[in-house]
Amino acid sequence: MNGFQTHLGPLVFLDLSLLTMLVLVAFAMLRSRHLFAVVMLSGIYSLLSAAFFVSLDAVDVAFTEAAVGAGISTVLMLGGMLLTARREKPVTPGRAPVALAVVFATGAALIYATIDMPAFGDPNAPANSSVGQRYVEETPNDIAVPNIVTAVLASYRGFDTLGEVMVIFTAGVAVILLLGVGSVRGGTRIVDKDEDE
Amino acid sequence: MFATATAAIIAAMVLALIRAIAGPSLYDRILAGNSFGTKTVLLIGVMGFLMGRPDFLDIALLYALINFAATLAILRFFSYRTPKGKPAEPTDGPLTGSMNDGGAA
Repeated sequence: MNGFQTHLGPLVFLDLSLLTMLVLVAFAMLRSRHLFAVVMLSGIYSLLSAAFFVSLDAVDVAFTEAAVGAGISTVLMLGGMLLTARREKPVTPGRAPVALAVVFATGAALIYATIDMPAFGDPNAPANSSVGQRYVEETPNDIAVPNIVTAVLASYRGFDTLGEVMVIFTAGVAVILLLGVGSVRGGTRIVDKDEDE
Repeated sequence: MFATATAAIIAAMVLALIRAIAGPSLYDRILAGNSFGTKTVLLIGVMGFLMGRPDFLDIALLYALINFAATLAILRFFSYRTPKGKPAEPTDGPLTGSMNDGGAA
């Protein structure tokens, strides 16, 4: 821990501000009924979480988050938005308390589950002791890739990654079929009554 | 020094965020999203030096590329939205507002 002590001040400030902005963006997305604003805010949310992942030293995850979250899904959501109304209909108030109770119960269960998690950086945690230790020790000999995460994803778990690529490809084909090629121009679009407000 | 730069960039990010949340028109939000992406690029660049790993600059470059492509794609979608017979966007409510607001501001 002493090694980090010199950098602790600014980095903690950085993490705190990134997380605060994440919470702000999340609440703004919840409050907003203007769908385009929500799409742009979700792009900003992805950029923020990518920056946070870089700060956590998870560069690969940050790459994926920036490319998929801020790039592709923004465009896909815009494509979906073109086929629907531009404003979200207000939620019926009667359903709100039930949903709130469910969300709070789930959140409480998740927080309760984190009590059993090993401490951050605990050397005896399962992630650090059994197979993770082997990856850290053997990657330079086995694969000679400097980044261990890359070695795990592309070589040790190569078939798993291949399966993920197939899943993503299937999802992409399904999204293209749902949106319909050419329907951005040719399809009918629902027009809001209050769009001219 | 890098800490001060980080604080300044975060302050700029908050300003862009306020515009993205409050911004009345579409263009405000597109511009806020784009400049927020630029701030993220800067932040990651500075963060690399702050953490003593200047090779994060490469990641920042990639982010700049993604941000550029995403903004182009978003703007491209709004050129698709224009109905065939009508003149470009000014018929649309929020956009008309944006142009008037922009002129007033």
